Parts: sequence; C-alpha cells; structure tokens
Amino acid sequence: MKKYLGLLLTLGVIAVAVAAPWLAPSDPLTTNFARGLQPPGSPGHLLGTDQLGRDLLARVLYGARLALFIGACTVVVTAVVGGLLGLVAGFVERWPSTVIMRLADVQLSFPFILLALTINAIVGLGLRNIILSLSAAGWVVYARVVRGEVLSVKQRDYVHAAAALGVGRMRLLFRHVLPNVAPSIIVVASLQFSQFVVAEAAISFLGFGVQPPTPAWGSMLSESRDFLYVAWWLGAFPGAALALTALGVNLLGDWLRDTLDPKLRV
Amino acid sequence: MRRWIAARLAQTLLVVFLSLTAVFAMVRLSGDPVLLFMPMDIQAKDVEEYRRRLGFNDPLVIQYARFMKNAVRGDFGESLRYRRDALGLVLERLPATLLLAGIAMLLTLTVAVPLGIFTAVRRDGALDHAGTVVTVLGQAVPGFWLGLVLIYVFAVHLRWLPTGGIGGLAHLVLPSIVLAAFYAARVARLTRSAVLETLGEDYVLTARAKGLAERRVIGKHALRNSAIPIVTLAGLEAGQLLGGAVVTETIFAWPGLGRLTVQALLNRDFPVVMAAVSFTSIAYTLMNLGVDLLYGWLDPRVRQRA
Repeated sequence: MKKYLGLLLTLGVIAVAVAAPWLAPSDPLTTNFARGLQPPGSPGHLLGTDQLGRDLLARVLYGARLALFIGACTVVVTAVVGGLLGLVAGFVERWPSTVIMRLADVQLSFPFILLALTINAIVGLGLRNIILSLSAAGWVVYARVVRGEVLSVKQRDYVHAAAALGVGRMRLLFRHVLPNVAPSIIVVASLQFSQFVVAEAAISFLGFGVQPPTPAWGSMLSESRDFLYVAWWLGAFPGAALALTALGVNLLGDWLRDTLDPKLRV
Repeated sequence: MRRWIAARLAQTLLVVFLSLTAVFAMVRLSGDPVLLFMPMDIQAKDVEEYRRRLGFNDPLVIQYARFMKNAVRGDFGESLRYRRDALGLVLERLPATLLLAGIAMLLTLTVAVPLGIFTAVRRDGALDHAGTVVTVLGQAVPGFWLGLVLIYVFAVHLRWLPTGGIGGLAHLVLPSIVLAAFYAARVARLTRSAVLETLGEDYVLTARAKGLAERRVIGKHALRNSAIPIVTLAGLEAGQLLGGAVVTETIFAWPGLGRLTVQALLNRDFPVVMAAVSFTSIAYTLMNLGVDLLYGWLDPRVRQRA
C-alpha cells in the first residue's frame, strides 16, 4: 500500500514536472490583468487565475519542476558532500573524524530550518543560493549515518580479508566499504528529499529563497495570503501540490527504509 | 556518573563556543558585512560611519575576539532598527514562544503518546490504520499550508477564531495546533515503533507465558521499557519546535522569538539576528544536554558506554 501510493504519487509528480511545458495551458509568467482572479473552472483556466491573470494550473505545474529540481540538486550535493565526509570520518578516525563530528555537532545545535533560512538571508536570494543554503544545513545527516555504518562495516570479515590481501586504502574504501553503505545513503536521501522540498517552500514563503514572479509553490502561497478572503484557490492548489509531493516521497522513503535498512532512524 | 556528567558538560560548552563562532563566521560569509547590517536605501556616508562604529575596519581576528568577549556577556550590540539592546529584544519575545511551544508539547504528550501506545498495542486494528493515515498526513502537510487552511476555515469562513495576533485563549488555538502537528505526528510514530519493539522482547513473552494479565504485561513490562526511547526522541524532537516557531509565528503574527528572527532577517537588523540565532542555538543545545542527562539517569548502560 505504502509502496504503491508512494510510487504512484512520486512518479506522478515527476511526470507532471517533466511534461509541464506540454501540459500547461499557457505560459506561467504571462499576465492578463483583465482576467485576474478567475475562479477554478472558468473557460481556459482549469484552476483559475491569480491576481495578475496568470494561469494557476500552469504555475502549479511549473512549480513542480522547480520544487523537484531544487530537491534533487540538494539531495545530490548533500549526499556527495555528507557521504564523503562520513566515509572519511568513519574510515580514518583520529583527528579528521573529530573535526568532522564536532562540525556536525555545531550544525545540529541549530534547528534545520532556522539555519537554512539564516544562511539564505546572508548569501542572497535566487535558485542557486537556495540550493546552497539547504545543502549547507543538510549534509550533516548523511555524515552521521554514513560514519556509523562505516564504523560497523569495516569490522566485517570481508573488509579485513581484503586488507590482508594487500588491497590499497582507497580501493578498500570505495570498492569494499562504500557499496555496503550505499543502501543507507539511498534511504537517507529519500527521507531528506521531502524535507528539502518543504523547507525550500517555507523559506520562499517567508520572503527569501526563490522570488516572484518565478512560480515556486512557497512564494505562491505567500502571495495567496493577501487574497485569503476573495480567492481561496490561490492557496489551495499550490499547497495541495506541495503536500502530495511530500506525502508521496515520504511514503516511498518509508518503504525503502523498511526494505533496505529497517533499523535506521533518521 | 560524576565523570560522565562532567564530560557531557565540557562537550556542551565546546559546542556552545563553536556555535557562537559559527554565527560570527556566517555573518562574515558574504563579502561586505556592513551591507548586511544596513537598510538597503542608505547613503554612503552612513555606511562609512557604521563601518567604523561596528568595527568592521579592524582585522578579522580582533573582530572575532571582540564578538566572543561581548557575546559571552550577552552583548550582541544594539538593534539597528529599534535602537535597543538586541538580546533584550530577544528575551522580551521569549515568553510568547515558550507559551506556544509549551502548549504544543502538552498537546503532543496528551494526544500523540497515548495514540502511539494504543495503536501499537492494538496493531492492525481499525484505529491503528486510521492513526497511520493521520500521522503520515501530519508529517507530509507543511505547517505553513496547514496554517493557511485552518485560518481559511476557522477564521475567514466560520469566523470562530481570530486570524492571528496574541490575546485570549482563542488566539492560542490555531497556532498551537499548527506548531504541534508535525511534531505530534512524528512523536506518535516513534512511540508506536518503540512500543512495538519492546512488545517483541523476550521478557514480554516471559511475562505473558507466566500468565500475567495483558494489562499488567503492557503497563508494567512493556511501557516502562519503551519509556526510555520515547523520552529521548520526544526530547530531541522538541528542539525542532524552536525551528517550527519561525514559520508558525509568522503566519499567525504571533509576537515571539521566531517572528522576531524573520523580521530581523527581512529588515537586515543583524545584531538582533545574531542574538536570536545564538540564543536559539544555546537553548537547543541545553535541551539536548538535558535529554542526554535524563537518558543517562534512566538507563545506566548509556553512562558506561560513553
């Protein structure tokens, strides 16, 4: 059940994001002020229009593109950076481990969203900077999980055997340890993905991150607050899209954890 | 036990010291910190004056030493917007946030923990399935959207509750539900899995085998042992309420620490940002320390391992 609903929702959102240019009835940025705030179901605008007369369906669809793009980039960056740091910390131990783990402690002494928000306010607005901010705040989970896994994997017999056969440290790390840590990285990535998508929306909602007129779900929701009394659809559809995306990816992540790594707690 | 506590305290002090360093480093991340500190539409002569006043012309090491020296005494400078002590502003807003977080926590403990226990005991029952749906949804629906939906339904449409602000009990209902939602959903799931885990232990089997009533098996053997992970996880997660407050307080115009932080970021009032972020970080670290000490007290094995 989890698996199918999760797969269905996730694949659905990916499909919609990829096909947005073909599915969208019009350009998400083209305004038509005379036809502003049309309710859902009005001719040519299935989900209605916003205050500037832009088609809401087009904006929600392009929003999916942006959300998935940001989520995917952030997950890749954090998995690579956090994963490598975790590998080093677990494999080398001694001072690199201490430095990396103290760095992780410092990061964990800030609530995730506050850290990402503050970094974003400092480095500046825009797409690249939101990915940077989320990554800077998010790598630590991988580092911790991977380090823990490496510490246990490197005690296994096949690693000792390979070392005894004279396999070099680099090869040992990447050929023998990494593949056995990979399932945990995949599970963490899937569980982190929705956190990143929601955090991006929250940061854009607060007025940082992705700026209007770019169709980001968070900034659309932020704009919708001014029209709460007159146009419910402006908030309902982007929010529902965001919630369904998070739900799908969460379910998928849960299922992956149950299958690949049931003991993992993230 | 004493040595373990001392070690944990020393570690916490180190983390606090490093976190303050991180706050200093973050603000220096961007090229010219003065630009962060000043409103956008200010003239060059004021920028120059403030560069001098805030000491940005000094070498970085001296700036760092000065920041740390002042930060330890709780002096983060004067708010550039309100012309008042930055930490004072933070402390002024603290009670509102504590009230909100306290009620969210109370809601969680009275609803989520019993729900988690009950759904674990009656695994695969109707309530378990319903509970799973609710908690999965609770974790997926973003707080700020839930807030907008609740405002639309209960404030705009039904007119039962106010849209925001601080005031009587009615003002507390929506913000505390929104703040609690994600946290409660997570705690309910963690509770359920913790109880399920203990129910599979041998001593529970033994208790059942010797013919104890199910009520005693669960009350005396299972729940006591699952209390440890529940306390730890609930405590560690509680820190995230401070993060959640940032978004929730903004939606409901709740005059707490989170909203102060967002406004200070928007107004480029960086002394307040540094005070608020440092304060939150230290509070968060101390909460984690508290949970750790509690954990060590509940479970002696933790102390020996460390």
